[in-house]
Amino acid sequence: MRSGMPIDYYLNIAASGLLAGLVYGLAALGLSVIFGVVRVVNFAHGEMMVAGMYGAVLLAGYAGLDPLLSAPIVAALLFVCGWGLQRGLVNRFVERPEHMQFILLLGIATILVNGMLMLFGPDSRNVMVPYGFDTLEIGPMLLDAVRVRAGVAAIGIAVALFAFFRFTRTGKAIRACADNPLGARVVGLNLDGLYALTFGIGAAVVGAAGALMTLLVDARPQLAPEYTLLSFIIVIVGGLGSLPGALLGGVLIGVSETLAGFLLSPSLKSLFSYGVLILVLLLRPQGLLGKRS
Amino acid sequence: MTNRGASPVGIALLGGANAGAATGRGAALLALGGVALLLAPLVADRYLLSVLTTVLWFAYVGQAWNVMMGFSGLLSLGHALYVGLGAYASAALFVHFGVGPWAGALLAMLVAVAAGCGIGFLGFRFGVKGVHFALLTIAFAEVARVGFDHIQWLGGSGGFFLPVEAGVSDPLNLRGSPLLFYYVILALTGAALLLARALLHSRLGYQWLAVREDAEAAEAVGVDLFTARMTAVAVSSALTALGGVFQAFYFNNLFPEQVFSMGRSIEIILPAIVGGIGTLIGPILGAFILTPMGEGLTFLLEVSGLELPGLKQLFYGVALVVIVVFRPDGVWPWLARRLGLVRANAEGEDAR
Repeated sequence: MRSGMPIDYYLNIAASGLLAGLVYGLAALGLSVIFGVVRVVNFAHGEMMVAGMYGAVLLAGYAGLDPLLSAPIVAALLFVCGWGLQRGLVNRFVERPEHMQFILLLGIATILVNGMLMLFGPDSRNVMVPYGFDTLEIGPMLLDAVRVRAGVAAIGIAVALFAFFRFTRTGKAIRACADNPLGARVVGLNLDGLYALTFGIGAAVVGAAGALMTLLVDARPQLAPEYTLLSFIIVIVGGLGSLPGALLGGVLIGVSETLAGFLLSPSLKSLFSYGVLILVLLLRPQGLLGKRS
Repeated sequence: MTNRGASPVGIALLGGANAGAATGRGAALLALGGVALLLAPLVADRYLLSVLTTVLWFAYVGQAWNVMMGFSGLLSLGHALYVGLGAYASAALFVHFGVGPWAGALLAMLVAVAAGCGIGFLGFRFGVKGVHFALLTIAFAEVARVGFDHIQWLGGSGGFFLPVEAGVSDPLNLRGSPLLFYYVILALTGAALLLARALLHSRLGYQWLAVREDAEAAEAVGVDLFTARMTAVAVSSALTALGGVFQAFYFNNLFPEQVFSMGRSIEIILPAIVGGIGTLIGPILGAFILTPMGEGLTFLLEVSGLELPGLKQLFYGVALVVIVVFRPDGVWPWLARRLGLVRANAEGEDAR
């Protein structure tokens, strides 16, 4: 093992894991928003994220856009898709048994991932940015510029989302639906419309996370199921329905994956996340920051 | 056929297999199908036989999955785990210790039951329910997928291979022609159908249905939830592992990335969902609908010369969505009623 390495070294690894974890956390935030309000588990979440990645790849290829700039465009596109999906299909499943919701979204996920496989092929596509190999020196740490930008952008989007839910009328209405659907209906809120809006927001957030992700990882359709599972793990670790929990879970998984990948073997890092998931499911099923139902 | 009168709400709601006993026409059709399958190798060429073998394999594992989801309401999205454990256990016994698959199958089932009960124990004891239980099953299947990549004794990610000798016919070691495998899987599917039917009409089966429909009510009338659920997991995982043994000796190669993949788990749940969750004929009908359609697509692609990897899976995705939107109970309950293959139960959903 690399026991002779100085502490700075680990700090560096942890910091880069943290920055990637923020992007993971942002993706999981989208899942958490959808589950918290619509009470439907979005099994197509990683697929939407990879769709966001391809959006950024295409925008970079044809318009030369930096992923940081294409993120809002991708988010807007995915918002429309998510909104339409909830309006057209998922709304009729809100009252149906859980396993039917699963199956519906599993079907949508399968369509999305294989549609992308047919459109873009199995090879990975990347985005070139001029600062791709730059590093930033912060204290004792040397960090990749791409990671820092992606991480900071993820925090920015997350803060905007928190502000939306806390301060806007629509955000408050959505929270009311989450807290008490019946009560929300009684005071005259349009549940179906707000659910569609929420699914749109969740899709937009994960789309933006996908766009940012292209700074760190090459886009491949095969990533989709992995990201779906990763988002689940993060959301469960952080607490289903808790927005800060999703970010915290993302950071936790990001750091532990990078450290495990470095100390043990890169191929074992996902094993580590599943281990964390199993532990949390058993010991604290409501998640670290979740409320007991 | 005696569930009339004895049926609590849950069973009456089930539809399909339980809503009514088979009519004469239904029984005749089932018998006809069985005979057709027995005689199929007389007319089927090698390709058709391989397709039928695949169909029956999915019908079999679909039936096994159905015991957990359909009968007891436990959604497992990680059934590839049990297939894989069964496959690897029997293959390892055969390759490393020379133990034949028929004896090996017992141990393979034991391994899978141990894993299933382990997951079940953790899940049920800690009150992991619904979404979370499904995720727990996925997590364990994924752990196996990544873990088996690193077990060099079993070939690791490079794959584990069973020795293949051309022309050997050794049914005792499950080595032989495609015809042998066809009849083995046909027998397994038939046996699974009979077993599932017997279970469904047993005391245990009624407990499962009660737990599925309303766990609290079932507990109130004295059903031990933990035992009922654990037996469902045990039966389902044991049956599924047997499907894994078949797979190992039929294909002679095992790769963790394929065997334990989430895609595989989805393929396993499809037949029962399409055919009808909780019904006996559903998984079989579902497999007969899905696999030939998938094969047809592959054939069309080959003929047209197009290369579109993923089209088959895309089609499966569309099938899932279409079914769950338009026939959420599956094709079988609807078809059976339309064709008059089952008698509508006086207490069944038709009467409501």
